[in-house]
Amino acid sequence: MNARLRWRKLVSGFMLTMTGVCALVAVSVLFFILGYLVYHGGNAINWDFFTKLPTPVGESGGGMANAIVGSAKLLFLASLLGVPIGFFGGIYLSEFSGSKVAFVVRYAADLLNGVPSIVIGIFAYALVVLPFKHFSTIAGAFGLGLMMIPITLRSTEEFLKAVPRALREGSMALGASKWKTIMHVVVPAAYRGIMTAILLALARVAGETAPLLFTAFSNRYWSPGWNQPTASLPVMIFTYAISPYDDWHRQAWAAGLVLLGLILMVNIIARVILSRGVAVPRS
Amino acid sequence: MQASARPALSVNLKPTGIANTSRETVAPSSMRMNISRVNFFYGEKQTLFDISMGIAQNHVTALIGPSGCGKSTLLRTLNRMHETVRNARLEGEILLDGQDILSQDVTQLRRRVGMVFQRPNPFPKSIFENVAYGPKINGASAPIAEIVEKSLRRAALWDEVKDHLHKSAYELSGGQQQRLCIARGLAVEPEVLLLDEPCSALDPISTAKIEELLVQLKDSCTIAIVTHNMQQAARVSDYTAFLLVGQLVEFNPTPQLFTTPSDPRTEAYITGRFG
Amino acid sequence: MASSTINVPNASPVVGSRSFLSRLRNGDEIARVITFLFAASVVLITLLLIFELWTGSALPRHKFGLHFFFTKVWDPIAEQFGALPFIYGTLITAGVALILAVPLGIGAAIFLAELAPQKLSDPLQFFIDLLAAVPSVIYGLLGVFIVIPIMRQFIQPALKNSLGFLPLFQGPAYGVGFLTAGVVLAIMVIPYIISVSREVLMSVPRDQREAALALGSTRWESTWKVVVPFAKTGIMGSIFLALARALGETMAVTMVIGNTPTISSSLFSPGYSIAAVIANEFTEATGDMYLQALIELGLVLFLLTFILNGLARLLMLLTTERGSGMGQV
Repeated sequence: MNARLRWRKLVSGFMLTMTGVCALVAVSVLFFILGYLVYHGGNAINWDFFTKLPTPVGESGGGMANAIVGSAKLLFLASLLGVPIGFFGGIYLSEFSGSKVAFVVRYAADLLNGVPSIVIGIFAYALVVLPFKHFSTIAGAFGLGLMMIPITLRSTEEFLKAVPRALREGSMALGASKWKTIMHVVVPAAYRGIMTAILLALARVAGETAPLLFTAFSNRYWSPGWNQPTASLPVMIFTYAISPYDDWHRQAWAAGLVLLGLILMVNIIARVILSRGVAVPRS
Repeated sequence: MQASARPALSVNLKPTGIANTSRETVAPSSMRMNISRVNFFYGEKQTLFDISMGIAQNHVTALIGPSGCGKSTLLRTLNRMHETVRNARLEGEILLDGQDILSQDVTQLRRRVGMVFQRPNPFPKSIFENVAYGPKINGASAPIAEIVEKSLRRAALWDEVKDHLHKSAYELSGGQQQRLCIARGLAVEPEVLLLDEPCSALDPISTAKIEELLVQLKDSCTIAIVTHNMQQAARVSDYTAFLLVGQLVEFNPTPQLFTTPSDPRTEAYITGRFG
Repeated sequence: MASSTINVPNASPVVGSRSFLSRLRNGDEIARVITFLFAASVVLITLLLIFELWTGSALPRHKFGLHFFFTKVWDPIAEQFGALPFIYGTLITAGVALILAVPLGIGAAIFLAELAPQKLSDPLQFFIDLLAAVPSVIYGLLGVFIVIPIMRQFIQPALKNSLGFLPLFQGPAYGVGFLTAGVVLAIMVIPYIISVSREVLMSVPRDQREAALALGSTRWESTWKVVVPFAKTGIMGSIFLALARALGETMAVTMVIGNTPTISSSLFSPGYSIAAVIANEFTEATGDMYLQALIELGLVLFLLTFILNGLARLLMLLTTERGSGMGQV
């Protein structure tokens, strides 16, 4: 082996090892994040965290009960907007539409998907906060729901399209109308994929902060009904993290742990379910 | 046909149902490569059984046989390309110029034993850069431009591309792309050139050009070609090996194998009774 | 509409075949119309969004015109608004993020696509997909409590000592600033580069790599000089995608960038990004001009990400075309 070849092989070994290092670094970030959250947030999590309201500024103790409930309400309302539009729109794209309309709708959905979340917040502000002149859960949910639309739309379409033609034809050959076929045969066949895609969409928007900053805003107390500003986990994390109080920092870690824990759990479950069937569409 | 005198060959192959293990009686030095009792496995499944044969220097050796008989597998062991597949395992001995290729450095081996693939696979670079790739990587003994021209001439492509060397290789036709791949392979001056069904994706005219090319090339190179086209083997090669379900059934000079095959299975195959 | 002369009783279903058929057709038609409305609403919403951004920024657009993009001053009291510091901050942090994330990301993608056996590559990719699911505010949390102290105590002094002759690494270093924001963004953006690049690399035809190996290339040479160039377009697409994400990121950036509208050649300087200023000042904006200036910033951000995403999609389209061997870009 001459010197040149020896050098080339050395370079090859070195560079390939470096790529392994890159992969290691990238993956270990995830574990670092989890590790820090568990370490800092772990001991701040107690029963109070889940049940008590925030205490006045500067006082220690208290919890984030209102933020947890607030986030839940926001997600519930958001899915009322995001899921039907995405689901039925997806049915249209997959089962009924011609290619031109489909192109336009998909393009709009992709566009919407790429809009930075803070801009979605501006939109929700203009549409819901301004006319009613106050912050509200509805406004926040509107923003979040918008962000869910592209994910549910594309996923529904893809999973429906993946259902084999033979199934549809079998049903129609028995005299079922197209619509009955869709609702009783095609959708159930794609059900698993669509459900998990919806879960993934929820997990995605559950962590969104920017769209809530000037829609749902925040609230130190409970937010009754749907028309008042509400606390939410992500906004609380933000507010507490940049505050000067140690106790709030502690609570921010705890909230981060809870939030990320839930999001990761949903993601893991959803992806495992999907991996047994169709591939996960990129969110 | 051949410029050099062909040594008398008497290949003793017993027409039994078992693959023959005796080597031909030609002097070993005229065999560029020697394959000895090679067994090949994909995981648990064995796909080559006790193959022994040789690749004669400055001649064209063809490997023929029905689909799945292992001819491509065998060819790919000759430059250790099988190692790119995870579960592949080789047993036995393969010698290049008397040295075991399995103990050599694989990068160096592959410079000496080149390969042209079934589908033309030029790199996404210009025609020039495609041919220059090998010399640039391995270190060139002459100016690159000279090497590129020489290789393109050897591949009978120079006249067609000499004014377009910096165009993308993908602008060439299928047949031209394959000749480009041959030129690319020749640019590193290999001692042996392996071709795996090089014409199967090409039209008859391109095929004819390449067959002509191979006959000319063997003066400077040793060639082994896998083909599912028997007529091509008959046209182009000096020696032919017939494989069937991973076994070497017959290995003889081409005229002999095609006119008076020693094994009834060979005869059945070449007369088209199965394929 | 049906022109049949059959009378269809409008109560319970009728057994007659003709009426069943016309009800069938109607049912499907209704379904088509309803689902069409849902699908169309997506388009309408998107158009409405653009409309609101446009009309909502009318005041500053008329007052400042194109000067908006070139003015450094952001003075709400004097009602002078210029986008330059925010555009600068957005671009610088995104630039730093890419400089860090692209080599790491492509390196990791190469490992996952070319070197790692399937049994290793798939689980690793799973973890990387999980990383992409981590919300921005969590990255911000780690940015504030982990990255900023590390930058302030170790990295920035080290850079200052070694490379301090460059204007990039001069000036006071408090931990917050362009560099820190860039680092945090890099971490956020790496998963996108890895996922897309890995897919593209895995789709490069096997015989490209084999041809390179057959010519006596080392494994690295075959990867770097043949496989990666073949996947070049798709990898570029992933970079544009990552860039679009980096530009739009709000929370993590605003928690570590320092939130001061400064333009500075030093990476240690605190700064501001478009998304961050909107997040911080929107609820405090007094007066229409102030608010609309922020909305105009939102419009700018929207356009930036729109163009980048469009380019990314174009590149991905070109990749799939090439995959069928139809021509080189």
